Amino acid sequence: MSVRPQPHPVGPKPPFWRDRAKRALIFQVLLIAAVAAFLLYIIGNTQANLAARGITTGFGFLTNTAGFGIVQSLIDYSSQSTYGRTFVVGLLNTLLVSALGVLAATIIGFTVGIARLSPNWLIARLANAYIEIFRNIPLLLQIFFWYFAVLRTLPSARDSLSLGEVFFLNVRGLYLPEPLFESGFGLIPLTLGIAVAASIALVVWNKRRHEATGKRFPAGWFSLALILGLPLLVLVATGVPVTWDVPQLTGFNFRGGITIIPEFLALWLALSIYTASFIAEIVRSGIQAISHGQTEAAQALSLPRNLVLRLVVVPQAMRVIIPPLTSQYLNLIKNSSLATAIGYPDLVSVFAGTTLNQTGQAIEVIAMTMAVYLTISLLVSMFMNWFNARVALVER
Amino acid sequence: MTIQEKMLEARPAPKSTVGPVAWLRANLFSGPVNTVFTLLGLYLLYLLLTPTIQWAFINADWIGTSRDDCSREGACWVFVNARLGQFIYGLYPGSEIWRVNLTFATFAGLIAWLAIPRLPYKRWVAVATLVGFPVLAYFLLYGGHFGLRVVETHRWGGLMLTLVLAVVGMVGALPIGIMLALGRRSQMPIVKSFCVVFIEFWRGVPLITVLFMASVMLPLFMPTGVSVDRLIRAFIGITLFQSAYMAEVIRGGLQAIPRGQEEAAAALGMGYWKRMGLIVLPQALKMMIPGIVNTFISLFKDTTLVMIIGLFDLLGIVQAALSDSRWLGFALEGYVFAAFVFWVFCFSMSRYSQYLERKLHTGHKR
Amino acid sequence: MNEQATQAGTETPMVEMRGVNKWYGDFHVLRDIDFEVKRGERIVICGPSGSGKSTLIRCINHLEEHQQGEIVVGGIPLTQDIKRIEQIRRSVGMVFQHFNLFPHLTVLENCCLAPMWVQKQPRREAEALAMRYLERVQIAEQARKYPGQLSGGQQQRVAIARSLCMHPDVMLFDEPTSALDPEMIKEVLDVMVELANEGMTMLCVTHEMGFAKTVADRVIFMDQGQIIEENAPEPFFNNPQSERTQLFLSQILGH
Repeated sequence: MSVRPQPHPVGPKPPFWRDRAKRALIFQVLLIAAVAAFLLYIIGNTQANLAARGITTGFGFLTNTAGFGIVQSLIDYSSQSTYGRTFVVGLLNTLLVSALGVLAATIIGFTVGIARLSPNWLIARLANAYIEIFRNIPLLLQIFFWYFAVLRTLPSARDSLSLGEVFFLNVRGLYLPEPLFESGFGLIPLTLGIAVAASIALVVWNKRRHEATGKRFPAGWFSLALILGLPLLVLVATGVPVTWDVPQLTGFNFRGGITIIPEFLALWLALSIYTASFIAEIVRSGIQAISHGQTEAAQALSLPRNLVLRLVVVPQAMRVIIPPLTSQYLNLIKNSSLATAIGYPDLVSVFAGTTLNQTGQAIEVIAMTMAVYLTISLLVSMFMNWFNARVALVER
Repeated sequence: MTIQEKMLEARPAPKSTVGPVAWLRANLFSGPVNTVFTLLGLYLLYLLLTPTIQWAFINADWIGTSRDDCSREGACWVFVNARLGQFIYGLYPGSEIWRVNLTFATFAGLIAWLAIPRLPYKRWVAVATLVGFPVLAYFLLYGGHFGLRVVETHRWGGLMLTLVLAVVGMVGALPIGIMLALGRRSQMPIVKSFCVVFIEFWRGVPLITVLFMASVMLPLFMPTGVSVDRLIRAFIGITLFQSAYMAEVIRGGLQAIPRGQEEAAAALGMGYWKRMGLIVLPQALKMMIPGIVNTFISLFKDTTLVMIIGLFDLLGIVQAALSDSRWLGFALEGYVFAAFVFWVFCFSMSRYSQYLERKLHTGHKR
Repeated sequence: MNEQATQAGTETPMVEMRGVNKWYGDFHVLRDIDFEVKRGERIVICGPSGSGKSTLIRCINHLEEHQQGEIVVGGIPLTQDIKRIEQIRRSVGMVFQHFNLFPHLTVLENCCLAPMWVQKQPRREAEALAMRYLERVQIAEQARKYPGQLSGGQQQRVAIARSLCMHPDVMLFDEPTSALDPEMIKEVLDVMVELANEGMTMLCVTHEMGFAKTVADRVIFMDQGQIIEENAPEPFFNNPQSERTQLFLSQILGH
């Protein structure tokens, strides 16, 4: 609307329905009235309905005993725990699968996106095929595929697929050995911390030295060697104070080790693969958005290829990539709610599913669930605004 | 001083730089690293394609009526074949299927008319698609008038339901989206903040929670004793959800229209609604079409979620068929079929939107 | 052999092309190009669009690859060897039609990038050097701004300063004024004239015939991928020999 603030016109006052400011005011008052009337109407109906069904409103139900089990929980949980605790368990499971999904989707997405731009024709075509296949098939279908067509058709525990008799995969999930740390193990995280700190110091020093003298050395590789090598050295020196709790087949099932339930695997795989196809497309178009002239100018200044990428292409491409990338992360988090279709105990499945059904507190439960996602969205968009304000290219 | 009076004829490029061999060298074997990648790629392709082709075609069984006709070595397409009617029409009564076919044929015709650039009267066809078609579809699919018998919505399913959900969601979301987008650009603070909150709310929550809300909370909002059809609940949820995304696409399109257009219209003495309806929106809508197609693709894929609230869209009906005791163990076939159908729809739509985008970009280059 | 060639000093041509041919796919863009640029020489290349003049100078620093013939820059033959290409690029500065400044870096950072990362200069030295050149192109006061905040003419002057910071032996100009508004062309041309007067070896693809008349030692006219006419500016403009040159000049000077 190109209605600009205008000086008050002189002359006879127009009738109020033709006065622009008054018309806006009346319109807005009407809008408020309409919304308020609508809200009052549904609140009234809801109260009547709840009264008819004998449901009391309020959040008191959160302290009641839940009475149902949850297959995967990051915190202590039993069927004796409260409904409030089911909320926390579900939320943590959502965050767990989202975080690991974001990680995997980023790795796959960047790899495929860069491969899509490869000068190698075959690799570029393969990457393109990946993108076109996975982003055009509904996520829920992909989740079902991994869960019902792949993981649920795996052999039973007795005939598990195994890798070196240490990792086992069967219809009940993936079994990994669990590290048990002995007393001397505390040294390892300590050295890792020292190595990380030393690496940071090294990188900073290298940058300063480059500024001051123009000389530099490959600090990145040194840091990597330091972070990997130092803890490994200490590990060997202290005689490897770790024992592995390898899963053992006892009866019909495995005992010991870490169990990853198939619901998690299916959801995680599908979320990562699906989101990665969108991320790959974002990465591709982000890199392509950098005009060829930029690369040429950098080459004409005789910058070697790796520095052209590092100093000119990547910093500009990241500005283009990060905003849509964050919204893909947000999509992934929201899409993790599809967990409910295969029974992975995420927030929607546990809380908006089982808890809602048992308590009938539809309004409270749905409101709390939505509030969680809205909060996450809000935090992410706050980050985006901050990011855009910080790195946006300065234009006139 | 040199002068070249005689023009040199263009010569063909040296053999080493053109032709298939040079192409192979440049694109697949340009160095040791590239050669390794090419070989790895070929190996990967071999690993993926051979079992797939063997399973899906060579060892597959196509003809038969029951699971006994399948050898179990390859895919059992007999299963898909036997269930095809359900996958497409749900439980729609067999004698009435012509109504579904007619509806979709009409729809396909309208869309084709809109998509083919040469055909005239685009605006009227668009109005017919957005306003006339839903009414026609209602009378045809649901019935109850003109001597057509009523087909209850619980009998609707399969691909037909998927399409109905997506199209209704879209058609419903478009006008709401336009209002929201205009409202978000408004200078009236209350209108603007109302639209911002509305849009950001729906964009901030997952569709599943919206569908849950529609299915468990909507009945509470209605006067006691009034019940809403399950399909209508899904429609309401999807439309509200979709309208927020639509609003953002439309807002993007509106922003692309130069301010001068609206000012010129204002200079001609047009009021707000005339300026928008006659000048700005028609131009903006053209630029929005790729974005609208893209949101439609997401909506089309998202309709699969309705199975969680108990409706049988294409995926839902495939999923239900998988638990049929006469056809246990054909999950892969079912999913591959559904995936193929979804893929064909989404891929062709995304190609179309890319084509439009290219056309738009070249049109705006100076 | 190269050693000897370099030591021969001023007698070695700065750029030498012998029998250079290039194709884009099946399109023959450069046809049997033979020419050389002596040290300190200033050459203007003109010709209708699509005649291959930009391609010609882009071959010199290997932004484009030629398929036949020989290119020698400052005594170094241009091959596929990356080290050698980088060595040549260090001595060849280039200014582009669309400036190609790095939009995420300030003017000063644009100028310091290559000295710091390629020539390993300390930041302080690189900045001092950059300021010197920015002063020479009269834009030092904008050093802390980003390219997006500058006018086209200012950006192009920064681009020239950025190239000069690498102390090139030869500067290539690829239509440096054709993306500029008329009122900005002069400020860029002034800088180029000054550079020419200081004895910089220059190869300019441009349609600025006034610039060619005042500055060039030689003018080269190209059409359909070949050098049609090559002459000192005075005879070139007053008495063009080839029909094509006459036609081109009448078109470009006609209005």
